[in-house]
Amino acid sequence: MANTTTTATDVAEGTAEAVGHAADAAGHAAESAGMPQLDFSTFPNQIFWLLVTLVVLYFILAKIALPRLAGILADRQGRITSDLEMAQKLKDQAQEAEKAYQQALIDARSEAGKIVSAARAEIQADLDKATAKADAEIAARAAESAKRIDEIRAGAVASVSEVAKDTAEAIVAALGGKADAKSVAAAVAARMKG
Amino acid sequence: MAAETEAQGLTFHPMDQFKVGPLFGDALSAFSITNVTLWMAIAVLCVIVLFVLGTAKRSVVPGRMQSIAELAYGFVYKMVEDVTGHDGVKYFPYIFTLFVFIAFSNFLGLLPGAFTTTSHVAVTAVMAVMVFLFVTILGFAKNGLHFLGLFWVSSAPLALRPILAVIELISYFVRPVSHSIRLAGNMMAGHAVIKVFAAFAPLVLFSAVGYAVTPLSILAIVAMYALEILVAFIQAYVFTILTCVYLRDALHPGH
Repeated sequence: MANTTTTATDVAEGTAEAVGHAADAAGHAAESAGMPQLDFSTFPNQIFWLLVTLVVLYFILAKIALPRLAGILADRQGRITSDLEMAQKLKDQAQEAEKAYQQALIDARSEAGKIVSAARAEIQADLDKATAKADAEIAARAAESAKRIDEIRAGAVASVSEVAKDTAEAIVAALGGKADAKSVAAAVAARMKG
Repeated sequence: MAAETEAQGLTFHPMDQFKVGPLFGDALSAFSITNVTLWMAIAVLCVIVLFVLGTAKRSVVPGRMQSIAELAYGFVYKMVEDVTGHDGVKYFPYIFTLFVFIAFSNFLGLLPGAFTTTSHVAVTAVMAVMVFLFVTILGFAKNGLHFLGLFWVSSAPLALRPILAVIELISYFVRPVSHSIRLAGNMMAGHAVIKVFAAFAPLVLFSAVGYAVTPLSILAIVAMYALEILVAFIQAYVFTILTCVYLRDALHPGH
């Protein structure tokens, strides 16, 4: 029916003719055979199958595919929302943990400071005690030394008077006198005082 | 036919691809299985594969098929919501059915040797008239006689309004015509042009000029095919968005 066959009868005539024929044929086909689109005898068939197709498609889509797709998209949206919430929660927790960590750090620092100052105070106390003890010892030793010096000094004075007595007696004896021990002692004592 | 072609030269049947015929036997009744039935059934099968099997896993992270299904869903849903407003969303399944049918028919028609169901005015006109009737009945059911306000342009000067009303009325009734012929015409024209170029392609077998014409026509076929892929989607989109626009007029005739 639409088989409008154009024949390029003479191949040697070349394209000009072939193109001419082609254009003729294209025009011709539409005119003589008519467009298959306007062949009304096919309309009932096309319309029937179109309606069947549309109804089938509608039920497939409306009953199965679209609710499923809506569900998938809603699920995804829900998942994204809950994931974001979860992320926010975790972020908050992390911030809290960081805060707690910072607090712990501050606490630990102040604790350390306390311990250090306590230790320092203790050491100072020990040091003070040790210093005091050392001072006391030094004082005691100094006192003892002073006492010994006094003793030595006293001993030296006693020795001086002895030596003086003996010397005086010897001098008196050398002079030919007879030394009276008592008077010599008294004289030495008198001299020693003066 | 092939032998004849080789023997006699170039043959041009750009419209043969649109012929409707029974697949079994010769009789064509309304219920006989034709190439229309076949390609509509293939479209339905593709829809089942993409939208039912493709989404069967309900993955949170979608695979390829589910991605395409979600993309199509989101695309049409957003279109319906944006154009008709929130109260139009309940008609989304009908509009989606139309979109999916047209898109699949258009794309399947691009397969070599395929029959393009949407290139037939009978098919597109039925859909356009369905939309027209649905929208008109819905308009009156929702708004009563206020629906006629669609034709009474209250923003125009009073003297002009009757004239505008006539124009609006005519344009309203032309809607299903333009709605259907736009789609069928686009599909038919593109496919016919490809076929004409295809008929030039074997010229090299008959004439020396073919050495220039054959590569050019093959190039033209490729270019037209690319354009047709674009047109296949755009026409599905245009048909759908016009449906949404008409639906909006029915729901909110004041605009």
